[in-house]
Amino acid sequence: MTNIITTRDFKSNAKEALANKTLQKALTHVEAGFIGKRRLAMEALPEFDQLRDNARDIKNHTLANLDAYLEEYEEKVVASGGKVHWAADGEEACNQILDICRNVGARTVTKGKSMIAEEIGINDFLEKNDIEPVETDLGEYIIQLRGETPSHIIAPAVHVLKEQVEEDFRRVHDHLPVSRNLEEPESLLDEARKVLRAKFLNADVGITGANFLIAETGTSVIVTNEGNGDLTQIVPKVHIVLASIEKVTPTLDDVSQILRVLARSATGQEISVYTTFSTGPKRQGDVDGPEEYHVIILDNGRSNMIGSEFQDMLRCIRCGSCMNHCPVYHAVGGHAYGWVYPGPMGAVLTPSLMGVKDGGQLPNASTFCGRCEAVCPMRIPLPKMMRHWREREFEKHLNPASQRWGLNFWAFFAKRPRLYHLATSLGIPLLSLFGRRKGYFKYLPLASGWTKYRDLPAPETRTFQQQWAQREALKQGGAK
Amino acid sequence: MTSRDAILGRINTTLNRASEKSARQQAVKARLSKHPKGTIPARARLDKKAQLKLFCDQAEKVQTSIRRVKSYNGVPKAIADYLRDHNLPAGFCMGEDERLQNLPWEKARALEIKTGPSDGEDAVGVSHAFGGIAETGTLLLVSGKDNPTTINFLPETHVVVVRSRDIDGDYESLWSRLRKEYGTGKLPRTVNWITGPSRSGDIQQTILLGAHGPRSLHVIVVDA
Repeated sequence: MTNIITTRDFKSNAKEALANKTLQKALTHVEAGFIGKRRLAMEALPEFDQLRDNARDIKNHTLANLDAYLEEYEEKVVASGGKVHWAADGEEACNQILDICRNVGARTVTKGKSMIAEEIGINDFLEKNDIEPVETDLGEYIIQLRGETPSHIIAPAVHVLKEQVEEDFRRVHDHLPVSRNLEEPESLLDEARKVLRAKFLNADVGITGANFLIAETGTSVIVTNEGNGDLTQIVPKVHIVLASIEKVTPTLDDVSQILRVLARSATGQEISVYTTFSTGPKRQGDVDGPEEYHVIILDNGRSNMIGSEFQDMLRCIRCGSCMNHCPVYHAVGGHAYGWVYPGPMGAVLTPSLMGVKDGGQLPNASTFCGRCEAVCPMRIPLPKMMRHWREREFEKHLNPASQRWGLNFWAFFAKRPRLYHLATSLGIPLLSLFGRRKGYFKYLPLASGWTKYRDLPAPETRTFQQQWAQREALKQGGAK
Repeated sequence: MTSRDAILGRINTTLNRASEKSARQQAVKARLSKHPKGTIPARARLDKKAQLKLFCDQAEKVQTSIRRVKSYNGVPKAIADYLRDHNLPAGFCMGEDERLQNLPWEKARALEIKTGPSDGEDAVGVSHAFGGIAETGTLLLVSGKDNPTTINFLPETHVVVVRSRDIDGDYESLWSRLRKEYGTGKLPRTVNWITGPSRSGDIQQTILLGAHGPRSLHVIVVDA
């Protein structure tokens, strides 16, 4: 699998995605599978909004004291027998992981789901160094077989239909009888369970991400439904935790506050099946558990977000709620975004991590409808931050000439209200006149980007301002 | 300069604009020692009897099955019944927990008991929980030779024994108990919150039970 970054091609990616019938069918599962369940879970907990406020405040407090919290956390990990490695970027993190693997002569590495692992491209790196990485989350396993990247941060294979999974399993699991029935999702899950069980038991190293790092106890936390993350970290002799600097959270109680909004926002569950707190390697007297426990703390651009207008983004707990509710994500899916993080959170985070030159297309992929901010459990002002990125893109002259010309043209009128009103009061009645017969336009010069996919409604007879003035005048007349 | 120093240095420089490092360190120490509780949902603030009922209701909502027995002496029969009713082999693995090891197993039908962690060959595993959380029907288990963590995940069927008095309303109450038991700032190697049997929604967002962990989770609540 090779991760080719195509963030700059968002527009053409999106066009392809819109024309892809299989993808469009698969994307219907996003709306059906997530939105209603989240609402029900939220309604069943009257304190939900209070908990969102608390979760936001806890993270804000942590970010305002981040250096001190990271130091406390590190001290506690070391005290419990674990080892902490600091990685400035993905390359350094990959090399640290490789060193740990080589130290124990590892050939196979099992992996729990980790977005950071995707961010640093650890699978490619391990393969190149003759170590086999095995994804164990069912969704991640499916896309690993397909040589794809995740299209959703909590449902990585949401773009894949079950018929495609069957094809992939038949292709890769060629040691199993051809005549077996794989029509039902149950049989697919069963087959994955059997194949991966053998991998779990034979792995030398297990790599997991972390939903939280707890400063109070030096603990890493993972949240899963399948139990794959637990088998990844409890069976092999080495457990590596891959986490970024903003995952640190003060106390067990603080984490519990945030956990109350995480699963509800993500899958609509009150809590995920498995929430696991790991502290150091196995203890004296323990009969299972890893002999070595390593934590890689990755920066990769995040420390530069502290103190910037994008700091709030570091509160994100990766629940996926913003993309589940995003009309743009519903239309184009996650791959169109071209890298690891899709949807509204991806549109803000991607340019923060890779720069506005490469990631600046993504913040344009929003209608600013505001649903992402409305559902965000951490109350991250996503639309505001996307607007900041748009401003930066404009300031740096990175958007295409036609767009800049259009914006300048509009700005010229917008800054001159009398001219603006004159232009619209001439233009709108004209459009109204031409569109009167049908009530809509199938084609308009300079507006084919709109009319190619849908009709443009013909305007009412006059501009809003004209109608308003007339209404007010009538009111005045009536009062007399 | 090491990456550690570079990363912490960058954060430090930015944060110094708003506060002094020593003030930040104090703020951190204060929060870690006070560990304020935050908001505890009303549904978790109940008397013991109501907590137990809520625990059972919530657990059953997420496909955990529940059996209540009057005393520890009833546990062997409850397990034997469950295995028989579900056509499971008459044997299991469990850890060295004395509350389980000292039970009158001979009174139940012949059960083959293996003591120690699971190696993946056991159909059934039995554990004793540290406690339960009524709010979401969640079990809390801690690692160690008494209840090895592999038993929670490798067998297809997981049977968990929990004392009714160990069931609290909220997560925070159990953190307080763990702090008392293991010391402040310390935890056992693994603490597992388990809420129902394993599941996945990764194929077309349809929830299916029995992904990588147990396909069934059976809880025996001992009135003790």
